Amino acid sequence: MSLIYGLVSGILFGILLQRAEVLRYDRQVGALRLLDMTIFKFMLSAILVASVGIYLLKDMGLAALNIKATGLGAQIVGGTLFGIGWGLLGYCPGTAGGALAEGRLDAFWGLAGMLAGGGIYAALYPTFKATVLSWGNLGKVTLPQAMGVSPWIVIVTMALLFLAMFRLFEKRGL
Amino acid sequence: MRQRWNPYLAGGLAGIVLVASVAVAGHYFGASTTFARGAAAIEQTVGVDTAQYEYFTAKNGKYGAGSLPNWQLLFVFGVALGSLGAALASRTFEIKKVPDMWAARFGDRPLWRNLTAFAGGLVLIIGARLAGGCPSGHGLSGLSQLAVSGFVALAFFFVGGWLTANLLYAKRGGRS
Repeated sequence: MSLIYGLVSGILFGILLQRAEVLRYDRQVGALRLLDMTIFKFMLSAILVASVGIYLLKDMGLAALNIKATGLGAQIVGGTLFGIGWGLLGYCPGTAGGALAEGRLDAFWGLAGMLAGGGIYAALYPTFKATVLSWGNLGKVTLPQAMGVSPWIVIVTMALLFLAMFRLFEKRGL
Repeated sequence: MRQRWNPYLAGGLAGIVLVASVAVAGHYFGASTTFARGAAAIEQTVGVDTAQYEYFTAKNGKYGAGSLPNWQLLFVFGVALGSLGAALASRTFEIKKVPDMWAARFGDRPLWRNLTAFAGGLVLIIGARLAGGCPSGHGLSGLSQLAVSGFVALAFFFVGGWLTANLLYAKRGGRS
């Protein structure tokens, strides 16, 4: 059943990504070059809606959070490395398959590179574990926990910040 | 149908799909681990003993080939399937060897584009596995849960990407 749920949510997500043109290299790299904010409009809108929904479910006891541990080495070094690869490829792990499916053949080589990267990561894992992954581990923590405030304060603040960004994007025609 | 959907509206709907997935299936979105698992599956198929790698056996084989097929693999396939269906239905399916922006800057020879794409994919998965996620897992799922890890990761995804894209497309000799 879990497999069917995965397939169905993937299909719905894929339709939305394709029709909003989020899968395209020109939109992805356009965002990194600050020329076209389509992918951020999509992503930040999704985050806003989902954060309200998820914390409502959590408050009603209908869902649990499942967050990743914060590691400053992991997310700063790994995040920057991801960004470098993203800037070269112009697709993400979640979108490259969708880009190939709408006819972007270069995405195939990106997917092949990702599989190669997965193998290399596993081979280098002991080294990473002893270095980058051991730096600055803060555990599984949310922003409201770290700040000692209600999550709804963080959600409202985030919403205001995102809306200000959306206004700026529209004003500048990005 | 050729007209693209409003990105705010499509994004908001994607947020509802994520909430529904959490409520019904208990799964948050993510994608990058599938490529590590896929690498393990390919290695096993060609006869490599993946048990020699600590990463593929850690956490009861969570990152190994034995965990396939699972929710996330089907999610990644689903995105491709949904995209294919939407592209055909809206008549926006288009075979393109080289993206327009790339061709305008570097020419339309697929060789350089494909080599760069391969290198980019390789580097970004190593980065995503180090960071513990990609824009789906850290960005969408992480920020929706207000996880500190998500905010830090997304900021540095953007820093790395912004630097790389601007270096790649920097003006050369007065040409823009």
